[in-house]
Amino acid sequence: MPILWAMPRTEKQLQDGLTLVEAINEALAQEMTRDARVVCLGEDVGFNGGVFRVTDGLQKQFGKDRVIDTPLAESGIMGTAIGLAIGGMRPVPEIQFEGFLGPAHDQLVNHAARFRTRTRSAITVPLTVRVPWGGGIHAPELHSDSPEAIYTHLPGMKVVCPSTPTDAKGLLLAAIRDPDPVIFFEPKRVYRSYREQVPEGDYEIEIGKAKVIQEGTDLTVVTWGANVFQCLEALDALPEDISVELIDLRTINPMDKDAIINSVQKTGRCVVVQEAPKTAGMASEIATIVMEHCFLHLKCPVQRVCGFDTMMPYYKLELDYLPDAKRIAEAIEQTMAY
Amino acid sequence: MSIAHSNAVNPLGHPENLPTNPAWKRGKGKRPSELLPDATLVKWLRDMYLIREFENRTAQAYQAAKIGGFCHLYIGQEAAAVGTIQSLEHDDPIVTAYRDHGHALARGMSVEACMAEMYGKITGCAKGKGGSMHMFDKPNWLFGGHGIVGAQTPLGTGLAFASRYEWEVMKRSVTGGPAKKKVSLAYLGDGALNQGALHEAMNLAGLWNIPVIYVVENNGYSMGTAIHRGTTMSEDLTKKADAYGILGAIIDGFDVIDCYDHFKPIVDWCRENQKPAFVDLKTYRYLGHSMSDPQKYRTKEEVEQFKGKDSIDRLASHLMTERKKADGSFVLSEQAFMQLQTDVKEEVRHGIELAEAAPVPDLSELYTDVLLNPMPNMSPMGEYTHGVKNPLL
Repeated sequence: MPILWAMPRTEKQLQDGLTLVEAINEALAQEMTRDARVVCLGEDVGFNGGVFRVTDGLQKQFGKDRVIDTPLAESGIMGTAIGLAIGGMRPVPEIQFEGFLGPAHDQLVNHAARFRTRTRSAITVPLTVRVPWGGGIHAPELHSDSPEAIYTHLPGMKVVCPSTPTDAKGLLLAAIRDPDPVIFFEPKRVYRSYREQVPEGDYEIEIGKAKVIQEGTDLTVVTWGANVFQCLEALDALPEDISVELIDLRTINPMDKDAIINSVQKTGRCVVVQEAPKTAGMASEIATIVMEHCFLHLKCPVQRVCGFDTMMPYYKLELDYLPDAKRIAEAIEQTMAY
Repeated sequence: MSIAHSNAVNPLGHPENLPTNPAWKRGKGKRPSELLPDATLVKWLRDMYLIREFENRTAQAYQAAKIGGFCHLYIGQEAAAVGTIQSLEHDDPIVTAYRDHGHALARGMSVEACMAEMYGKITGCAKGKGGSMHMFDKPNWLFGGHGIVGAQTPLGTGLAFASRYEWEVMKRSVTGGPAKKKVSLAYLGDGALNQGALHEAMNLAGLWNIPVIYVVENNGYSMGTAIHRGTTMSEDLTKKADAYGILGAIIDGFDVIDCYDHFKPIVDWCRENQKPAFVDLKTYRYLGHSMSDPQKYRTKEEVEQFKGKDSIDRLASHLMTERKKADGSFVLSEQAFMQLQTDVKEEVRHGIELAEAAPVPDLSELYTDVLLNPMPNMSPMGEYTHGVKNPLL
């Protein structure tokens, strides 16, 4: 029997494709239809459909017991969600902005990440934490940060950062079905800025597999999340004789190290692009992986294009902070000229 | 019917019908403990004595540096764990804080698994990776000892939510057995009363009618701070429950029979009505907060005063001089009590022997039980892909 889900696609969606918001909404609706254990909870996710309308219409379809409006209490939301997960359910809590992970951090790091280890894998935490993530939408700090490295550094959680609607749907379905806790970072900047045709049916994208967006032979650009689009823009601006391989990691933890290593062993040059501040971020880790595994293949140092080691600025300076096509293109050209 | 709906104005109903005023207290019917078989009460005595003996031996092992990490002993509080856990069904989930050996043993964890965990041995309940504060036992529905003060209380709320969701929304069980009305217990110490997580959890439980009982094992001290020095309304903690529309009760957790007789009606009421409760369970710990506590905050006389009404002595004396079997003789003879003590000592000794003999986890265990699929290259001993092993390793 075919799977029925919440809303049939509109004319516009059929023609132009889905936004990232719509793709995630569809994934949630399909999975809630398929699996009665799936429960969404968070601040205003029900009646209002979420501050970014990601859960729009779900409460109407699945009822108040499955799409639950919570008080503003992230520690309570996360702790209750973990309790639901160890009690046999598949909770999908939403933390409204990545900055609000702070109050929930204790529950995530000290409980969700550790159940498997402490119970000899007898109890795992099949939890998917949806988090609108990153800058570029004129929000202030605490609403524009990129904390993916923090949750990668602390063991026991998977960290997923899709960049496109198709990846978001497939990765979210895989995340909900994963037996371990997954932090699912949704790039706000891409939420409604990009549409593409997304498969209607049920499909999973394996967590931990990168995607080569463009093949090339001279230089490898490694990025994830919204920065994929700035990288594509930069690649367009480059001279034609530079052949760049663009890798979208899609998952930060576990990371597809082989994809990076294979590519850099081929190209001998690497530029890493991230929104987060430069120091001790994922870019630093990737540069180290390249050092460890590709040292004898490197033609020049690895270069990082990042945010700056400061708070995310208010909106007037936001675009100066975020890596843009110009900075990325410059880094590529500098690296090529080394 | 809906779980996640706003609570009614008067959520608890008429005071007459509340379990804080059970029928037996109004002179109707017998006390719940009177309805139990005699053997059950002897089992309680054994459970309490097992915890006492286990903790005494734990203290010795800790002092002999055989146990690492931190260690919080349960001596004095035995009646609290046994009295509350015996009021539950076996598959009612419980979650507790880090003074957790008592709950683990009362729930049926073997002495070996519990002791080996503290010894850091592979046969421990968490393969010797967690230690004293992290007792987990899935077959016995124990979802942990947890080390962060108060942070376990939302977990108990979630476990209770899951059980209600199974029974009411899914109408089938995904955790084994039939879907049924369950109650979850979330234990906390009085020191956790001032943690934000508890108040978020209690608000959610009150708001959504989650069948969880927050059991405050109130031993009077948050580490070295007497409760009245750190907690408002310490003379009547049920006021905190009132604020969240939750049933509140104060129970003597120092007398196991009294504890059971008052706690069981609350469990039954929470199960039947699928509502939360908050219990201030008065108890006392004889030893320090942890193994390194000079106990300057209380007098020896105070400790002696509580030891004078020790819960194990009290139950033993009840069974030997008050409670009679059908044939008119007392339930427990002096000889049977001596035998019980000998048996328990032997059980603990044997468990410790096994724990001592067990191997420590292999180094490769460091990389198991982190995520489902261990990540490649996770080990620092891993081969480098250009074929040369790091000479520094």
